[in-house]
Amino acid sequence: MTIQEIQNDIVDEFSMFDDWMQRYEYMIELGKSLPLIDDTYKTDDNIIKGCQSKVWVHAELVDDKLVFTADSDAIITKGIIAILVRAFSNQRPKDIMEANTDFIDEIGLKEHLSPTRANGLVSMIKQLKMYAIAYQTQLN
Amino acid sequence: MIEIHKIREDFPILKRKVNGYPLVYLDNAATSQTPQPVIDCIVDYYSNYNANIHRGVHTLSQEATDLYEQARMKIQEHFNAKKAHEIIFTSGTTHSINLVANGFSTLLNEGDELIVSALEHHSNIVPWQMLCERTGAILKVIPMNEEGELNLEAYAKLLSEKTKLVFCNHISNALGVINPIEEIIAKAHEVGAAVLIDGAQACPHIKPDVQALDVDFYVASAHKMCGPTGVGMLYGKEEWLTKLPPYQGGGEMIAEVTFEKTTYADLPHKFEAGTPNICGGIAFGAAIDYMNSIGFDNILAYENELLAYGTDKLSQILGLKIYGNSDKKASVISFNIEGIHPYDIGTIVDKLGIAVRTGHHCAQPIMDFFKIPGTVRASFAFYNTKEEVDALVEAVKKAKMMLS
Repeated sequence: MTIQEIQNDIVDEFSMFDDWMQRYEYMIELGKSLPLIDDTYKTDDNIIKGCQSKVWVHAELVDDKLVFTADSDAIITKGIIAILVRAFSNQRPKDIMEANTDFIDEIGLKEHLSPTRANGLVSMIKQLKMYAIAYQTQLN
Repeated sequence: MIEIHKIREDFPILKRKVNGYPLVYLDNAATSQTPQPVIDCIVDYYSNYNANIHRGVHTLSQEATDLYEQARMKIQEHFNAKKAHEIIFTSGTTHSINLVANGFSTLLNEGDELIVSALEHHSNIVPWQMLCERTGAILKVIPMNEEGELNLEAYAKLLSEKTKLVFCNHISNALGVINPIEEIIAKAHEVGAAVLIDGAQACPHIKPDVQALDVDFYVASAHKMCGPTGVGMLYGKEEWLTKLPPYQGGGEMIAEVTFEKTTYADLPHKFEAGTPNICGGIAFGAAIDYMNSIGFDNILAYENELLAYGTDKLSQILGLKIYGNSDKKASVISFNIEGIHPYDIGTIVDKLGIAVRTGHHCAQPIMDFFKIPGTVRASFAFYNTKEEVDALVEAVKKAKMMLS
């Protein structure tokens, strides 16, 4: 599936919920399916800055695709990073670099997109894209 | 007596809805809300008096200067300073502390000692660390116990003739614990050390008397006591303010300037370089008037009721732990629920219209002491109600249900 197709799926899933509480509950549920980062990668270098909770992300190139693993000590944040990992993992770095992130707004998490918000969703997206840029340079 | 419904009418923001719910504002320790008389004062200033002060000969400038200096006198009277020029307008508590820390650069020698409490906000730690780096002075820390109370025996042992300065908050921002500053000041003076008290969290609740405290420096921010942001004050004993060099150079703070030598203005202008926050200073005065019209005895008694009520209700939630259980506390409840990140709780209760603070509250050493990433902090003001405390308790229960 392409990033866009996965994002469309996520938007469809979230559209089933009427209120924020159900959406948050679903997001927390998605956090449980997050491919967890290996403990050895839970280092300060892999912490995303700008989050009030801790978020670790690791990226690995498998064949020509980038595979993300992550974790967080807060479960809402874990749900958010799980959504991003689902959308961007197992994709080619170039596609990750070029992907848009409008679906965040569409699934009712717009308030988390503010760069001043302490959960760092913007920093998370930036970090995933940075990994993509770094690995794309390597592939070139 | 607090007439709560009448008081709430004074605060237009309390009528707001947040995320579809009536706003329950319990982040008063971060910033207090602004009552109509203070808002009116700001509008009145810009509508009728806006001018630069102290230098203009025209009427508007004179009137603005009078209002600004009247505000200084209101602050003097409120804190019972001996002289109006012992009150320096600053941009807030952080600025006030930096002003004093910078001044002490010229008064300290290598090996001199400074004492800080374990309960401080970063703004009462970092400026002093920077001072130590510049001068070679050494920073020592008064330890605290599990209840968030300072160990005064340990403090007594830290004091010696090497001690030049002691600084401590009056009330802890992270835990709400009220520190025994009378004793801290008296003991420091026995060894000839000066004391700076950070009153940012105390001034919304009590009316400090700087002469009775015999404190050398006392600092506060207007925005914690119903005033605007970006303005605060430094009280310093005249003898200390005379001794300290100016912090910033510029207009307002000079007596005479030539390229060979500049002489500085007298107090308080020596420390007030540049055009100040004139409107903010005047509104600070209006905020003090407003709080005094409610009465600090009434405020404290009412807030204590809310604190006791909130502590009791929240304690009934299984797995909830309150940090700072001292019996001497301001209306702040800092807590966590076992196994749940404070950020998650803060996010859910915000969705229910409740504003609390989450995180380390700019006091990382306290969080390290308790080995936690942060807390959820609910801080009550005299315009909060028991119904709002109930709303918080219900929201926390809901968050707990969703998050565990």
